[in-house]
Amino acid sequence: MSLLEINGLKLSIGAAEILHDVSLSVDAGQITAVIGESGSGKSMTAYCVNQLLPRGSVAEGQVQFNCQNMLALDEPSLCNIRGKDIGMVFQEPMTALNPVQTIGAQVAETVLIHGAASKPEALKIARDTLNRVGLPEAQFPLSRYPHELSGGQRQRVVIAMAIALRPKLLIADEPTTALDVTTQSQIMDLLKRLVQEDGMGLLLISHDLGVVADVADHIVIMRKGKVVEQGATQHIFKHMQHPYTKALFEASSHKPDRKAKPLDAPILEVKNLIRDYALPRKSLFGPAPKFRAVNDVSFCLKKGESLGLVGESGCGKSTLTRAILGLEAIQGGSISINGVEVKAGHTVPRTLRRNMQVVFQDPYGSFNPRHKVARLVSEPFHLLDDAPTGAARKAAISEALEAVGMQAADADKYIHEFSGGQRQRIAIARALIIKPELIILDEAVSALDVSIRAQILDLLAALSDKLGLSYLFISHDLSVVRAITDRVMVMKSGVIVEEGPTEAIFQTPQHEYTRALLAAAPSLEDLMQ
Amino acid sequence: MLIFTLKRLLSLALSLIAASVAIFFVVEIIPGDPARLMLGINATQDAVDALRTQMGLDQGVMARYWLWISGLVQGDFGISYTYRVPVAEMVQGRVWVSLPLAMYALLLSTLIAFPIGILAAAKRGSWADWLVMGGTQLGVAIPNFWFAMIMVSILAIKYQLFSAGGFPGWDDPLAAMKALTLPAFVLALPQASILARVMRSSLLDTLSEDFMRTARAKGRTARGAMVHHALRNAMIPVLTIIGLQFSFLLAGAIIIEKIFFLPGLGSMIFTAITQRDLIVVESVVMLLVFAVILVTFLVDITYALVDPRLRRRA
Repeated sequence: MSLLEINGLKLSIGAAEILHDVSLSVDAGQITAVIGESGSGKSMTAYCVNQLLPRGSVAEGQVQFNCQNMLALDEPSLCNIRGKDIGMVFQEPMTALNPVQTIGAQVAETVLIHGAASKPEALKIARDTLNRVGLPEAQFPLSRYPHELSGGQRQRVVIAMAIALRPKLLIADEPTTALDVTTQSQIMDLLKRLVQEDGMGLLLISHDLGVVADVADHIVIMRKGKVVEQGATQHIFKHMQHPYTKALFEASSHKPDRKAKPLDAPILEVKNLIRDYALPRKSLFGPAPKFRAVNDVSFCLKKGESLGLVGESGCGKSTLTRAILGLEAIQGGSISINGVEVKAGHTVPRTLRRNMQVVFQDPYGSFNPRHKVARLVSEPFHLLDDAPTGAARKAAISEALEAVGMQAADADKYIHEFSGGQRQRIAIARALIIKPELIILDEAVSALDVSIRAQILDLLAALSDKLGLSYLFISHDLSVVRAITDRVMVMKSGVIVEEGPTEAIFQTPQHEYTRALLAAAPSLEDLMQ
Repeated sequence: MLIFTLKRLLSLALSLIAASVAIFFVVEIIPGDPARLMLGINATQDAVDALRTQMGLDQGVMARYWLWISGLVQGDFGISYTYRVPVAEMVQGRVWVSLPLAMYALLLSTLIAFPIGILAAAKRGSWADWLVMGGTQLGVAIPNFWFAMIMVSILAIKYQLFSAGGFPGWDDPLAAMKALTLPAFVLALPQASILARVMRSSLLDTLSEDFMRTARAKGRTARGAMVHHALRNAMIPVLTIIGLQFSFLLAGAIIIEKIFFLPGLGSMIFTAITQRDLIVVESVVMLLVFAVILVTFLVDITYALVDPRLRRRA
């Protein structure tokens, strides 16, 4: 019998049926990956295992872990199993740790709750475990607080808490989704190593086929609360049967059809741009120290061109975007938009901002929930001196919504009535309404499911063909950048380290950082061959 | 933490100086000559001038500010215009009523609010939560003078458990505490209602945080996760309210002091204002400002003790 066997699992929360007849298994020393898009029930399947379900949940069927039916156990027995026999790693390392306790106390807590050791021994186990997950004592003493660590380091602490008592089963719910590509590959390597060393089973939940394909022994594809296909990883890749599996693979490596050719005239020219941030003062007197977030950056974006900007979090790509959008003054260099130059010490004026619009990552947070879509979409009109009113305004809103595949009638709805993909279409409609020449896409498709992402990429390609739009496409996701851009720039620590035609960069990267990024990025294409 | 404390201390000193300047000059620009006011309208100009010299009113503004401030630092609050006794003596008797009353009320308020706030959050949606939410709504809504009179008529007059008013002094601490119990309880009730609601909502926010789920996944029971992870994280808004409540209770208890015939700071400052006894107003206001700034300082230090992320900022 396997370590974990789920048979005919059904789950309902209130009146909603979340899972229908889910069956899968995890063996000791093996990695089973559950893949699905949002709403597929993959996370809820995981929470059924350690019974950390939301209120009002009713689970039926069998969840056999270590020869006990988890669904039949009472709460005290479950508390004994959680943390000791089943460890869990979560998606959001930034919020998964208690901000007011040291990392040492939090890792030792796992040991102390289960009475496995005395306090000094528990702290010693915490130290050893933190060493094991790659947080050595010299830089990461037990007395560190979570806010002093980066996202990847926090995720290592969460993993240390989960494995401190060497559990038989580890559940990892999207453990690398919130992390950069290089950090992501390090965390995946760590999980794989721990599975081998401890012989534990790993139930790995992910939306990203590329991430799990390298490491999983067994893949389970879920959709709308059902398992559509499962099997050994190699087998699934070679002989996938279900149309949804095939569609998921296609969408993951989707390349939109782009016909537009860039013109020679530049729309945006950035020369030797410098952006400094003041840091907190170290002493009461003397100037505040500065952090140079963007250091001597120069590039040119032509009309009709799609330019990619890739880099990991903290590299300065968002700061660069904010300066171009005129949200912050620049400290050095210049920004030219359609030949009009903005010099150091100034922000980009309103008359130039009309030519640019931005689409942000978060389709949920970037809209005011109390306004109707019509008002949300027409917001950029404040940049115009003669914004249309009455019927003309209505016509402009309808036109923008229809351009992104929505309907004119959607203007009277509120934003909560739409899905994430629809919201991102509305965000693009909002950007289009004043007919800008340049759209800055700041991680605009990063939060979307692969199939929705493929649709949005197609939409962006079609819009640029039709309207001659230029895109500055900022993303940490290299495969998306490869699919949608003509040229790409790689940014690291405020500096552009490499720049060139997209295919050339991806095939023959020159800079070692670019090579490291590409090596870390999961690529399905390699696996399919 | 040491640097944080020093920075907060510096900010405390600067706030005090700014407050003293503001109070002094506001009182300065109020029309009316205190000397003429004290001697009455029939006094001769010579007599008024003589009194002005005696009171130091004929000196320059800066000199008088310096005199006032250096006096305050040494505990010399000046002489009351109306009663011709040192303000320090008047204040001293009053502070030992108002300060214990405020602290007593705050203690009661915290003792009531914490358990019911935690209970309501832990049993969200249950009858207990419903009861706490309804009860605290009532607690905020009931006017405290009315509640005070009800309490007096039942507990003091009918059952004679507490005294109906007056203050016997601290010679007999037990009697003093007994005299302060009813007013403190009446003062505490609305404060406790507010505090319990803040505690509940802050805890509910914390309970839905990701790290609470992490704690459960480690094997903590629901109660264990609440005690070890939620409470401390939920304390910041609660501490803010406690700080504000203490400042309010110290001087804001005029009505309750009047109802229970307590010789506190609130009623003293009220009388001083009606009598234009500006030196008393000035000094008592300064004293209250000092208390408020000190409480703010203590709350800031407690914030930093509770949340390590705040220690770096100052």
